Amino acid sequence: MRTARGHAAIGALCGFLALSACDSGALSEDERAKIASLSIDALGPLPPSPGNRYADDPQAADFGRLLFFDEGLSGTGNISCATCHVPDQQFQDARPRGLGADETDRRTMPLAGAAWNIWQFWDGRRDSLWAQALTPLEDQREHAGNRAAYARYVAETYADTYSEIFGALPDISEIPENASPFGSETERAQWSAMELEEQEPVNRVFANIGKAIEAFERTLIPTETRFDRFARAIAAGKEPTGDAAFSDLELEGLRLFIGKANCLECHNGPRFTDDHFHNTGVPPVAGLPEDLGRAVGIAAVQADPFNCLGRYSDAGPDACDALRFMKRDAAAMERAYKTPSLRGVAGRPPYMHAGQIATLEAVIDHYSSAPAAASGQSEIRGVVFTDRGRQALIAFLNTLDATPASDP
Amino acid sequence: MPLQHKTGSRRFVLASAGLLMAVVAIYAAYRLFTPPAPEIDVAYNTVSRDGIYQVMFETEAQPIPLNETHDWVVTITTPDGTPVTDASLSIDGGMPAHGHGLPTEPQMAENLGDGQYRVEGLRFNMGGHWEIRIGISADPGLDEAVFNLDL
Repeated sequence: MRTARGHAAIGALCGFLALSACDSGALSEDERAKIASLSIDALGPLPPSPGNRYADDPQAADFGRLLFFDEGLSGTGNISCATCHVPDQQFQDARPRGLGADETDRRTMPLAGAAWNIWQFWDGRRDSLWAQALTPLEDQREHAGNRAAYARYVAETYADTYSEIFGALPDISEIPENASPFGSETERAQWSAMELEEQEPVNRVFANIGKAIEAFERTLIPTETRFDRFARAIAAGKEPTGDAAFSDLELEGLRLFIGKANCLECHNGPRFTDDHFHNTGVPPVAGLPEDLGRAVGIAAVQADPFNCLGRYSDAGPDACDALRFMKRDAAAMERAYKTPSLRGVAGRPPYMHAGQIATLEAVIDHYSSAPAAASGQSEIRGVVFTDRGRQALIAFLNTLDATPASDP
Repeated sequence: MPLQHKTGSRRFVLASAGLLMAVVAIYAAYRLFTPPAPEIDVAYNTVSRDGIYQVMFETEAQPIPLNETHDWVVTITTPDGTPVTDASLSIDGGMPAHGHGLPTEPQMAENLGDGQYRVEGLRFNMGGHWEIRIGISADPGLDEAVFNLDL
């Protein structure tokens, strides 16, 4: 009997060990499916931009590239889109908050894959890349210019290119040198003094500047990462080899990401974003004006004359799904910000909408401690991480950096 | 040799029995200490709260996609199967476990006749348990049908 009991105890121990081993064993069916859903291979084709009929015109994209880097498109003559969207830094500027003519209140976003976004800016106050591109041009802390001056500048500098793409330039010789609904007091007064039929051609040229820039930005697509090569092998039921093979730590981090750490709730799909807005209790920056995020962005995108439903859009109203079905409940969206993509995230600190958090380690601390929001309701539920778990999550996030495949 | 062989197989039988008992014990303990999964009705065909309507839906894409705005066709009949052709629908919902609503405001877009209605603008931005509530206003009365989706 004694021996039998001894054997039973050994059996029980074996059984216990076998269950524990499930934790570190082969990937489950569910884990494989989640991994495949994050792969760049799951990224569909470039979505159409219904409001911009030039979105996929290569000539417009070439023109847009010129405009993107043209410092002439600024009130100060020394600022271009590339001032903050720096090409060799993932088209962002590594600063807590963008710095154009002055410092802004928000972190500059990277551009790869922005064409897949439903909403632009952290608060989604624009619904297309072309409408987005126009906004900094007239922000006094960014390009610090005005649409009348931009229309004149394009007419003087790019008349032939412009008319080849968009048709003949309207006659804007009689309009004021500087006028805009958002500029200095004088510029705003000049704009108000213009008749609607004088404003119209200026808006038209201005909108086309945005449409060309969007055509260029649509060429900035996400590039393959080590994670994608790992995921491709997993999806094909093969063992990842060469640089696609993950270390134990990276695999552990990936499992946390798609499992217990709940990251997938918002950072899902091949761009690692759900294209929605969430209050995650990120503290406001002292000294900055109150920032209620999406709660303000909702009204702003509806009021934007360059939105999908506006007169400068090339879309029929049925094509404007994002605006038609937009969640309009501002109270529920207080201090909610757009989920950023995590592709390339390790290479672009600092983090959050105003660069509040300096390192990925501190970001994980934030999600672990889940502080209450300054206002509105944080959606974060705290997650307890071991030190090893933190390291693992960061090791996994590093595999999302764009790297060319190395020779095995 | 034969004796040794006999002892060996007896040991093996004992160890196997022990292992089996352990597995059963662990499974029993697991069942004992894990709360039962909540009973969630995930059928896409249900009776409204007050029993006025039989409501079912079909989605434009199957399985229900994540992060893709899509349409549903909702079919409404009275319990005896008569199509309800004059209803107006309101759509609401969210994730009860997360305390948030839908990421979009879906709308009834078209009465297709025969008790069928097209609802546009549905979008689910994360996996997990979603609740969709369809408010129905028609001649037989006001009622609401609740669907549970596990995405």
